[in-house]
Amino acid sequence: MGDARRGILPGFGLSTGVTLFWLGLVVLLPLSTLGLETARLGPAQLWAVVTSPRALASYRLSLLASLGAAAVNAVFGFLVAWVLVRYRFPGKALVDALVDLPFALPTAVSGIALTAVYSSNGWMGRLLEPLGVKVAFSRLGVLVALTFIGLPFVIRTVEPVLADLERDVEEAAALLGASRGQVFLRVLLPAALPATLTGFALAFARALGEYGSVVFISGNMPMRTEITPLLIMTRLEQFDYAGATALASVMLGASLLLLFAVNRLQRLTRARAGMV
Amino acid sequence: MRTIFGGERRTGSWPRPRELLILSALLALGAVGSGALPRRADAAAAPVQLLNVSYDPTRELYEQVNAAFARSWKQRTGQEVTIKQSHGGSGKQARAVLDGLQADVVTLALAYDVDAIARAGLAPADWQRRLPHNAAPYTSTIVFLVRQGNPKAIKDWPDLVKPGVSVITPSPKTSGGARWNYLAAWGWAAQRGGDAAARDYVKRLYKNVPVLDSGARGATTTFVERGIGDVLIAWENEALLAVEKLGPGKLEVVVPSASILAEPPVSVVDKVVDRRGTRAAAQAYLEFLYTEEGQEIAARNHYRPRSAEAARRHPFPKVTLFTIDQAFGGWQKAQAAHFNDGGIFDQIYAPGS
Repeated sequence: MGDARRGILPGFGLSTGVTLFWLGLVVLLPLSTLGLETARLGPAQLWAVVTSPRALASYRLSLLASLGAAAVNAVFGFLVAWVLVRYRFPGKALVDALVDLPFALPTAVSGIALTAVYSSNGWMGRLLEPLGVKVAFSRLGVLVALTFIGLPFVIRTVEPVLADLERDVEEAAALLGASRGQVFLRVLLPAALPATLTGFALAFARALGEYGSVVFISGNMPMRTEITPLLIMTRLEQFDYAGATALASVMLGASLLLLFAVNRLQRLTRARAGMV
Repeated sequence: MRTIFGGERRTGSWPRPRELLILSALLALGAVGSGALPRRADAAAAPVQLLNVSYDPTRELYEQVNAAFARSWKQRTGQEVTIKQSHGGSGKQARAVLDGLQADVVTLALAYDVDAIARAGLAPADWQRRLPHNAAPYTSTIVFLVRQGNPKAIKDWPDLVKPGVSVITPSPKTSGGARWNYLAAWGWAAQRGGDAAARDYVKRLYKNVPVLDSGARGATTTFVERGIGDVLIAWENEALLAVEKLGPGKLEVVVPSASILAEPPVSVVDKVVDRRGTRAAAQAYLEFLYTEEGQEIAARNHYRPRSAEAARRHPFPKVTLFTIDQAFGGWQKAQAAHFNDGGIFDQIYAPGS
């Protein structure tokens, strides 16, 4: 059947070519201009730009807040996915649709909405502020905004995995004498962990580059609530394209490293769960 | 009956392929011809379209200017002109033009932003001398917006640095309008006690700023909608618009004793108009802003007009005004000393300061 010299997969050469060309056109080409622009700075200048105290403070905030938001989303996203897969309740279709809302909303709109809710005269802020919890115009506000925009990632990656898990497996475990906690830790979690990690990584990467929603809720105070994308915008405001791309390259490098690490971790967990 | 195409006429049926072919060939020829030939014959009749790339709060102003200019241009030349508007932060708009947005004219918040366009070769370096009054057909100034009754009794610049007064102004790093605010404060203090006093004053001022919004409209929202802060530093036209839009009885405008003359400049983008052949209309559009009609529209939109007559019809409160050239030696110097990275504004927020 067919030509013996051909590979097993039909159309492999063509599809690989199209894939590489498409990735190159859509992802690598625009990113390569980052490198070109950055290269216009000398090494000393480049170092000065990417290690200025304000830049360092902003990396710290951007990285920590993104990690925090992704972690919150990993835990609560898992829970929401679980509820959506396993339970029937009135209004479930509505909840299901709500999950995707942060994807669809322009982030500036969500930023303004969150600020309205959490500022000192908003209906959440009014209740929180007497307790000494200041959300809007603080680092906590940044975390809240990044959690909001990252919400769908974990839910939508974990949901299909949980849906695929057969109930029989859990029942078998229970019949063999496993407690509910053991079933969760030994059966459910290993199966869903790789997907959760993927969701975590996606939410994290999304949060790192987020600008629109954060600028409204963070208050943009230098050294305290400035995220790195804001510093990039201030560079652009000075028509300093090279400085802006230098900061962007640092962000890009950091997120590539982290995504790579998460991918490794994912492969390890999958191997341990015996799913390779 | 034979038709001109040599076929039998078939009433009520579709044209034959050969007829279609000939017809479309004729149509195509016509289209090519009309594109190539009559341009010179009736240039005035061919409608022209201009793109005005402007900054955020000028939307209402230019909607009115555009309608009035289209009428007057049609009367003078018989040519239809439509003007499209694009709005956004001033610096962002300048970058869009640098990156290839085909703007026939730019009407921005700072000469610094038009300078960037000129440096890229899209306009001559002396663009600001091509039109009267530094190429700024209308002006504004920086004033304070306070809540009804002025509970913190804010009258002038010294009141802004009192303890317990919360001041709202956007970040001069991201907002062109905020740079005018900053320079107004600096200029007032420098007139009193020189640069050292100004530096001290500005530092104390920004200590009283709880939130640095990224743009002017955002700062207005923070102050008006969120109820944060005791005073908003704002362009006079924006402050008057906010009072007008929200209805009297909620906000008051306070005019300080001295402030900066904000001159939002306009320029033709030479490279674009020459390529598109729209120079005459673009030029006339900007000159229209200086006519009595244009000045009247500017004054109605709360911009201070240059024309004495329009100023008489729409009186603005008296305030001692200094220009950026007098106080800072121009935008390039002001930007480099105060707002570029490592400049005085950054030093205010440097760690340990």
